[in-house]
Amino acid sequence: MRRPEGTFLSPARGGASYLPGVDLLEYQGKQLFRKHGVPVPEGQPAASVDEAVEAADVLGYPVVIKAQVQIGGRGKAGGIKLAGDNREAEEHAKAILGMDIRGLRVHELYVEQASEIDEEYYAAIVFDRSGKKPMAMLSRMGGMEVEEVAEKDPDAVRMVHVDPLIGFQDFHARRLAFESGIAADVVRPVGGLLARLYDVFVAEDATLVEVNPLLVTKDRQVVALDAKVTIDDNALFRHADVAELRDLSAEDPQERMAKERGLTYVKLDGNVGILGNGAGLVMSTLDVVAQAGGRPANFLDAGGGSKAEAITSAVEVILSDDKVSAVLFNIFGGITRCDEVARGLIEAFRSVEPRVPFVVRLDGTNDKEGRALLADADLPNVHTEATMLGAAEKVVALA
Amino acid sequence: MAILVDTDTRLCVAGITGREGTFHSLRNRDYGTQVVAGVTPGKGGQEVDGIPVFDTFRAAVSETAANTAMIFVPPRFAADSILEAEDAGLELIVAITEGIPAHDELRVYNHLAGTRSRLIGPNCPGILSPGKATVGIIPAQFFKEGGVGLVSRSGTLTYQLGNEIAQRGFGNSSIVGIGGDPVPGSSFIDVIELFEADDQTELIVICGEIGGDEEERAADYIAEKVSKPVVAYIAGFTAPPGKTMGHAGAIVSGSRGTAAAKAEALEAKGVRVGRNPTQVADIAAEILGARV
Repeated sequence: MRRPEGTFLSPARGGASYLPGVDLLEYQGKQLFRKHGVPVPEGQPAASVDEAVEAADVLGYPVVIKAQVQIGGRGKAGGIKLAGDNREAEEHAKAILGMDIRGLRVHELYVEQASEIDEEYYAAIVFDRSGKKPMAMLSRMGGMEVEEVAEKDPDAVRMVHVDPLIGFQDFHARRLAFESGIAADVVRPVGGLLARLYDVFVAEDATLVEVNPLLVTKDRQVVALDAKVTIDDNALFRHADVAELRDLSAEDPQERMAKERGLTYVKLDGNVGILGNGAGLVMSTLDVVAQAGGRPANFLDAGGGSKAEAITSAVEVILSDDKVSAVLFNIFGGITRCDEVARGLIEAFRSVEPRVPFVVRLDGTNDKEGRALLADADLPNVHTEATMLGAAEKVVALA
Repeated sequence: MAILVDTDTRLCVAGITGREGTFHSLRNRDYGTQVVAGVTPGKGGQEVDGIPVFDTFRAAVSETAANTAMIFVPPRFAADSILEAEDAGLELIVAITEGIPAHDELRVYNHLAGTRSRLIGPNCPGILSPGKATVGIIPAQFFKEGGVGLVSRSGTLTYQLGNEIAQRGFGNSSIVGIGGDPVPGSSFIDVIELFEADDQTELIVICGEIGGDEEERAADYIAEKVSKPVVAYIAGFTAPPGKTMGHAGAIVSGSRGTAAAKAEALEAKGVRVGRNPTQVADIAAEILGARV
């Protein structure tokens, strides 16, 4: 089989088959695992030190106290600790809650019964965008970054495409198990676990289900010791429980504000605010501003938004970023009419009264009328341009 | 000749009774497309400005001999509607709907692969063959008949590019939006193959963006199979990794799917890549001008 492009797409490392969505915390992923019969150790989430100690007492020692953040490398950062008794559980819970792990603050803990480790494997189901099929993966080299394993020894990570119309079959499991060379006595339970992971992948509309490590305990039980699950944004309408789990606190304040207003916004680190209609045109606008020597502050697609309130809303989000020193508004009117956009802009400018210069490029349907309306309104500090390149040069000069 | 849609197109619109569905169906008809039917379950027997509405695609096809479907229904019903159109024997299905779940798209893609139906989209602006027919939401007034075949993952950017080419005096054979989703029904390669075989098309422009590897695959295909000149544009050079840029499929993952890698892959195979829409139009005009 031709190795699919970018097989390895954990959110932390990226890859061509990774698709964005809601990244679940470990304990949320494990709730889905339990629901679909994937074996996991006993555990309980905790939002305070008291809750953590109480959970540990109930579970019985030793326990592992684990930071719940949507990022890899928790162990190395000191976010996973073994507690042998009540006093240690309290000590570790105190240390980990509120800790900063690669920019993410720890608000929740997961307290889990400690497992005795015999072997560590890796298992995943990924959405292979390039192959246009789900792909199941298994490696006997678990507990480390799968990307690194594959780099050193590509054969150590086995993978198989699954036809979504027939689903995960026993032979898929056998192929992965035998080819990856896992211990003979766990071939069956590992295969069963892979089938259950596939159930999670399909039933929950996941774009990634990853278990690293997949554990074989001293008494030869197979359990998922970690859970990394990403749920497709576009499928949240049929997963109301997951939609509620989205952790807004982990998001940038401007991005959160934009999301609440239903705008597509991505924050960047420059000073030229950008607003346009259509994702492709906005991406192209960012590039053209960069080519003109400027640094874009954001991506914002106002969609077909010609209405004043949508434009006002968008302008407010852009200007809430203090670094923005000039704004480029790039519209190519197709179905959207430029005169409507101009009216929306004029109204928006009157209510927002921006203090930084705006360059407005209106092209396409009714562009002359739109530019005339803007000229008549004579808004302070608003410059109109007819072309995209001209507008980019102008805004960079003003920023 | 043009590709995919022309004067023989007989269009049936799923979701014709919705606000957007009605608006764009009538615009398509005003342009000259034969819009012969609509489908809205439970509204069979009604009409939309003289266009008959049916409960099912099967009834629409048997009554009107429709040969092309346009899908204008909300995302949660869209996959079902595409599959229904295939079941009714429609060989071209154009899905405008944005926001279809990725798993639905995967099932649709793999099912259609074993049938005679071709899907364009979803999350696309549709197809325009200037002077002949339009199916979708592309603003047709900017384009006239000519020799440039344009295929793109984006809507407004296509209008920007097409308009710049039009300002230099060149028209289009067809403009095809393949959409911004991670699992498009048709790829750049599928559409390039049609343009290569189309008499009217003299030059092919592909408009790509970050995410996935369709542009890289197209580069290999062009080098092996395409005799016509190809000019490319890639959007998203400034996109940071791990962020979705508006389209569900537009995401740089680690070092993969970047605009720079795509542009390099295309240039390595001899495809000229413009760094902005204006440059693309200039290159296209230069090649076409030299042929006149």
